[in-house]
Amino acid sequence: MEKALFIIIAVIAVAAALNVLIQRNPLYSALSLIGTMAALSVLYVMLRAQFIAAVQIVVYAGAILVLFIFVIMLLNAPKQQLQIDKQKGLRYLAIPLAGLLLAEAFYVVWRVQDIAMPVVKEGEEAVGTTWSVGVALFTHYLLPFQVAGVLLLMALIGAVVLARREGDK
Amino acid sequence: MPALLQAATDFQTIARQAGQLIMPEAILTLFACAALILDVMLPRNRKRVVAWVCLAGIGASLVSLGILYFNISSREAARTGFFDMIIIDNYAVVFKLMFLIGAALSILLSIKYLDTEGEQRGEYYALILFSVTGMMFMASGVDLLTLFISLELMAISVYILVGFLKRDQRSNEAAMKYFLLGAFSSGVLLYGISLVYGLTGTTNLAKIAAALPTVASANYNLLGTPADMRYLVLLSMILMAAGMFFKVAAVPFHMWAPDAYEGAPTSITAFMSVAVKAASFAMFGRLFLYGLPDLRGALEGDPANNIAGLPGWALLLGIVAAITMVWGNLAALIQNNTKRLLAYSSISHAGFTLLGLIAGNQTGYTAFIIYLFIYTLMNLGVFGCIIALRRRGIAGDRMEDFNGLVRKAPWLTVMMTIFLLSLGGIPPTAGFVGKLYLFMGLIETGNPWLVRLAILAVLMSAVSLYYYIRFIRAMYIEPESEPQPLSLSRPLQTALAVAVLLVMLIGVYPQPLIRLTQKAATSQGLKTYVYEEKPAATDSTDQPGAVPLPPTPPRR
Amino acid sequence: MIQMMAILLQAQSRPPAAQSDAPIFGYIPIIIFFLIAVLLPVVLLGVSRLLHRRVFEREKLMPYECGIDPIGDARERFSVRFYIVAMLFLVFDVEVVFLFPWAVIYDKLALFGLVEMLIFIGILVVGYYYAWRKGALEWA
Repeated sequence: MEKALFIIIAVIAVAAALNVLIQRNPLYSALSLIGTMAALSVLYVMLRAQFIAAVQIVVYAGAILVLFIFVIMLLNAPKQQLQIDKQKGLRYLAIPLAGLLLAEAFYVVWRVQDIAMPVVKEGEEAVGTTWSVGVALFTHYLLPFQVAGVLLLMALIGAVVLARREGDK
Repeated sequence: MPALLQAATDFQTIARQAGQLIMPEAILTLFACAALILDVMLPRNRKRVVAWVCLAGIGASLVSLGILYFNISSREAARTGFFDMIIIDNYAVVFKLMFLIGAALSILLSIKYLDTEGEQRGEYYALILFSVTGMMFMASGVDLLTLFISLELMAISVYILVGFLKRDQRSNEAAMKYFLLGAFSSGVLLYGISLVYGLTGTTNLAKIAAALPTVASANYNLLGTPADMRYLVLLSMILMAAGMFFKVAAVPFHMWAPDAYEGAPTSITAFMSVAVKAASFAMFGRLFLYGLPDLRGALEGDPANNIAGLPGWALLLGIVAAITMVWGNLAALIQNNTKRLLAYSSISHAGFTLLGLIAGNQTGYTAFIIYLFIYTLMNLGVFGCIIALRRRGIAGDRMEDFNGLVRKAPWLTVMMTIFLLSLGGIPPTAGFVGKLYLFMGLIETGNPWLVRLAILAVLMSAVSLYYYIRFIRAMYIEPESEPQPLSLSRPLQTALAVAVLLVMLIGVYPQPLIRLTQKAATSQGLKTYVYEEKPAATDSTDQPGAVPLPPTPPRR
Repeated sequence: MIQMMAILLQAQSRPPAAQSDAPIFGYIPIIIFFLIAVLLPVVLLGVSRLLHRRVFEREKLMPYECGIDPIGDARERFSVRFYIVAMLFLVFDVEVVFLFPWAVIYDKLALFGLVEMLIFIGILVVGYYYAWRKGALEWA
C-alpha cells in the first residue's frame, strides 16, 4: 500500500519537475513547481516528517512560489525572448555527465535494495511531529533559532533597501 | 530526544549563560536594532549620528568581550553554552576582537565615503553590525547548524551592502554576481554538511570528530551491513572545503572576488576583504580542526593518517594554497584598477593564510591567526587611502589617481607606503611578522613538500612586491595628473592613524599579539600534528613544539 | 552546568500519543478531499466540452474584463512594490511557521518559552517598524 502510494507520488513529482523544464512560459513552469512541492510534501508525510510536510506547503508552495510569480511578472519577459544562446560545446560535456549521474542513481537503487530499512524504535515514532520539532527547536537549538530571527530581519531589510524606489522617504 | 526545560531554574541558567557567553553579540544586535529605529526617525541630514551609535555599540561589545576574556582566562578553561552550540575559548575571543576592530575601522572609513556618494543612510551601519554578529557566532560556533546560520547572516548582510549604491550600475552588478555565486557556494557547503550529518548523526563538531574514525573505517557497520563509507566521507569533506574556499576566495572559487570588490562601495570592499575573510577562515578552522581533525590525511610521514589510502584535507588545502598564491599574485600584476588589483592581492593573501592550517602545528595556527589579524589592519589601511582619493567627480580607483600623491598629501603617502610594504612583508612592519610565522610553521614540520610550499610562498611574496611598488612609484615619481586637492575627514584620518600605528607597533614589538594568538592557537580541541620522520632536515627537533609525541592531544 | 541542566530537564517529556500505523494513513481524508478537488473541475470542464455547441465570435474570444473592451496588453510590468510585499509576506510567513511548534509545546516551556519567543518576535518587530516607516507598506 505504502509502496504503491510512494510510486504514484514519486511519478507525479518527477512529471511536474520535468514540466517545469519543458514549459516555455515561465509562469507555467512556476505553477508546475507547486505540483512538485505538493508531491514532495506527501513524501515527507510518508517519511514521518509531518511538520516538514506542512512547512513545505505553507512556505514553499505558499509564499516562495508567490514570490516566484511576482518576480516573473515583474521582469515580464515577453514570449519568445527566452532564446538562450545554445553552447554546442557544452552539450558534449553535459551528456556524459548526465549519463554518469543516471548510472550513479541506478547504482544506488541497486545497492539500497539489500539494505534493511531501519526499524522504528520505541519512543521514536514521535520524531518529525510538530511536538518534537518544537522541543528540539526551543531547547536544544535555541541559539540558532534566535540567530535565524536576525537572519529573517536581514531578509526584510534587504528587500526594503534594494527594492525601494529612489526618491522615497 | 532532548528533554524539556522546566520553568524557573533552567530559565535562570540560560539567562546567566546568555548574560555571559553571548553578551558581545547580544549588545551588537541590540545596538543594530537601535540603529535601524534611529535611522527612520532621524532627518536625512542627521543620519551620521547612526554611525556614531554603531561605533558606541562596537565599543560596548569590546568591553563585554574583554570581561568575557578575563573570565575565561581566570578559569583556565573554555566554556560551552547553549547546549554545546557555542564555545568561548581564546580562539573565539581573538577572532571576535579582530572582527570588532575591523568593523570599527570600516565604519570610520565609511562616514566620509557615504557622504561623497550621497548615500548616507543608517541601514548601512546597522547591516555592518548585524554581519559582525554573524561573524562572531561563526568564530565561536561548534555546531554545524549554528555555523551555517551565522555564515548566512553574515553573507546576506554583506550581499545587501555590496549593492548598497543603487544608482551605481557596477554596484548592482557586483551584488548580483556575489549573491548568485554566494548562494551557490552555500548550497555546496550545505550539501557537505548534510552528508556529514547523515554519516555521523550529529551536528556537534566534537561529536563528529569522535564519530568519524569509526565511520571512515573501511568496514563500517551500516544498519547491519558492512559498507565502505570512506569515499562519502571524503566527498563531504571536499564539498565543505569547496564552500569555504569560495567564502575566503581561494583560487578555483575566486571568480566573484574581483568583480564584487570592484563594484562594491569601497568601504565595503575594505570590510569584505578583511572581516568577512577572517570570519570565513575562523569557520574554516572550526570545521576542519575541530570537526574533521582525523581527515587531515596522508602527507608523507604524517602520522595522523586515520583513513587508510585516502588523501585528506592537508593535501587539498596545500594544492589550493599553492594555486591561489601563484594565480592571485600573477593576475594582480596586470591590473590597472586599484580595487581590482587589491582583490587579487587579497586572493593571494588567502593562499598565504591557508599555509597556517596546512602546517598543522602550534606555530602554524599561531601564524594563521596572527596573519589574519595583521592583514585586517593593513588592508583596511590601504582601502582607507583609496577612499581618501575618492572625491566629487573622481572615482579614485585607478592607478593614475595615485600619481604625484606625495606632493598633495605627504602624510597620506607615507601611511600608504607603510601599508603597502606591510602587505608585501617588508621587515619593520607587521606584515613581516605574519609571513615569518607562516613560513616558520611550514618549515618546522620538516616535511619536504611543506618546505617546498614555503619556498613557493616566499617566491610569490617577492612577486607581490612588484605590484605594491607600482603604487609607490606612482605616488613618489609620477607627475601630478590631477590638481584637485584631497579632503580628508577627521574619522578617516583617525582610522588611518590607528591602523598605521598598530601596523608599526606590531612590526617592532609583536610579543603581546604573539602571546595572545599563541593562547588562541593552544585552545582546547585544536588538534596539532607532529611529523615523526626527518630529524636531520631542519633543526626543528630541538624545538619544544616538534617533539615526536603520539598525535592525540586531548579532544573535547 | 550542562550536566546539571540535563538532569533537571529529564522530567515529563512525554510525546503525544503515538500512532502505530504509518502517519500517512492519518491523512486519508485529506487525500480524498484533494482527489475531489481535482476531479470536480476536470469533470465539469469535460462534460461541458462534450455537450456545448461551438460558436466562435470576436466578442466571445476577447479576454473578459468585466464586459469592457480590453485596454492595452495584459503583459504589463508590475510595480516593484509587489515584490516587497511578497518578500515581507515570506518573512512573516516563516515567522508564523516557527510560532506553530512553539504554541504546541508552550505548556512545557512556560515562562522560558515566552521570553524566547518575545525576543524572536521583538527582533522582527524592529524590522516591521523599519519597513513601515520606510513606506514599504504604503500603496500609492
